[in-house]
Amino acid sequence: MSVFLETLIGGVLAGTLYALVAIGFVLIYKASGVFNYAQGSLLLFGALTFVSLTEAGVPTVAALAVTAGLLVFTAVAIERFLLRPLANRSPLTLFMATLGLSYLVEGVAQGLMGSRVRAVDLGIDDLPLFLGDIMISQFDLVAAGVAVVLVVVLALLFHRTRIGIQLRGVADDTRAALSLGIDIHRIWQIVWAVAGLVGLVAGLLWGARQGVQFSLSLVVLKALPVLIIGGFTSIAGAIVVGAGESLAETYVGPLLGGGITSWFAYGLALAVLLVRPAGLLGERQIERV
Amino acid sequence: MSDTILELTDVSLAFKGLTAINGLSFAVRRGEICALIGPNGAGKSSLLNILNGVYRPQSGTIVFEGERFHRMEPLKAARRGIGRSFQNNALFSGMSVLDNVIVGLSRRARTTLVEEALRLPRARAQEAAFRERARAVLRLLELESQAGTAVGTLPYGVQKKVELARAIVAEPALLLLDEPLAGMNAREKDEIAAIVERLNRELALTIVLIEHDLGIVLRLAHHVVVLDYGRKLADGPPETIRNDPDVIAAYIGTSPAALAA
Repeated sequence: MSVFLETLIGGVLAGTLYALVAIGFVLIYKASGVFNYAQGSLLLFGALTFVSLTEAGVPTVAALAVTAGLLVFTAVAIERFLLRPLANRSPLTLFMATLGLSYLVEGVAQGLMGSRVRAVDLGIDDLPLFLGDIMISQFDLVAAGVAVVLVVVLALLFHRTRIGIQLRGVADDTRAALSLGIDIHRIWQIVWAVAGLVGLVAGLLWGARQGVQFSLSLVVLKALPVLIIGGFTSIAGAIVVGAGESLAETYVGPLLGGGITSWFAYGLALAVLLVRPAGLLGERQIERV
Repeated sequence: MSDTILELTDVSLAFKGLTAINGLSFAVRRGEICALIGPNGAGKSSLLNILNGVYRPQSGTIVFEGERFHRMEPLKAARRGIGRSFQNNALFSGMSVLDNVIVGLSRRARTTLVEEALRLPRARAQEAAFRERARAVLRLLELESQAGTAVGTLPYGVQKKVELARAIVAEPALLLLDEPLAGMNAREKDEIAAIVERLNRELALTIVLIEHDLGIVLRLAHHVVVLDYGRKLADGPPETIRNDPDVIAAYIGTSPAALAA
């Protein structure tokens, strides 16, 4: 029983971290209808910048502020030079553009800051905590706490403020939003900036777990099945499924043989796509033909 | 203020060689209801989309409120006070009626993102004012009782009214309505027509509308512009239009008697 609980708790914590990665996708997909392939590169870019700054002796808080500023600037630049010229193009065109962007960001980041593995020290002790005979990773606990706080803040921002209502308006019907005087470019900049900042937090937490280097951008690939199963438009879906997937990976995986873990989530995602293309909690799109 | 709020001169629009609007000129007087009529494909919706900046005309000029434009942009049009509704409802279906109308006030917003995010006093005051203004418009259109309902769950006719509420809440100088009566039964049509007339009379709102129901158009409009294949066929008060032989010919099968009905 304690093994199960331990896995369950560990799974929920790790799932929250997957969800953190997924949120970046969900935000951008909702606002601009594009699957942002560059999310992983932006995550790596943020983490790399932070690590390079701290290695150069910049205090943690200052490094965080500078990195955050740089990501906001990048978001504005992406909107201005990529999204705006391509407005009204097909989603596939936009997707291809983010694919190109991904290589650009990765290349620039590694060109400037190198590709060796760096450690991130966030000052969180990675000592196990014991709850009776259940062992919990202290780092995962703190990381999950940060993720939850971030989700709550984002939820408040997007549900309680006028910016949030406008964002939902843009997501729902772009031409109507424009006709009402919503500055769609501004909304895109805000959303990309927020996605970048969420990516930075995710990048730092994942980076602290596995080191900051190229493969960090692949974390997002693991978040992909989480997104598909949860539904592309649902942040809650991303969290629930993130937890579930992590649980399945650690618990069902070994039951079916060790090698299964890496593709298990993708298999599940495929199954969900066949049965319910909108995902478990996503909005079903109804299109008049 | 000039008597003419909007003037188009020699405006043409083509999509890859297919001409949608061909050298069109007409003017809209301040405070009137101007109806655009014509068969399907005559270029009515294209024209509305030019006025609101969705389409870019290849040639011609548009003068709105004394300012000359070669082309409008949707954001610019909205901020200069051109409001509109769409042919098929373009409401934010997941949101409540009230939220939909509040979004309609976007161009009136004066707060910054930081004020909004931190909910500083100015942002709160603006939010309260927006809410009050939106409720007032809902009262005007008798939609108060549905304020909290998700728009997607409402009947089509009610949704049309919500879209109207959203379009007028920011007090546009010019309101463009793309088939506000389409898909409605006779009773709903009369209700919306009465609302449009009231908005025009009580708020002195200038309205340009597209409508197929000729009976209602000829009763409601002060000024009718008839389009056919992107050209202007006739332009004048409804009494003149009703008896224009070119107009009657364009509506093949429609006798003058039916037009007058």
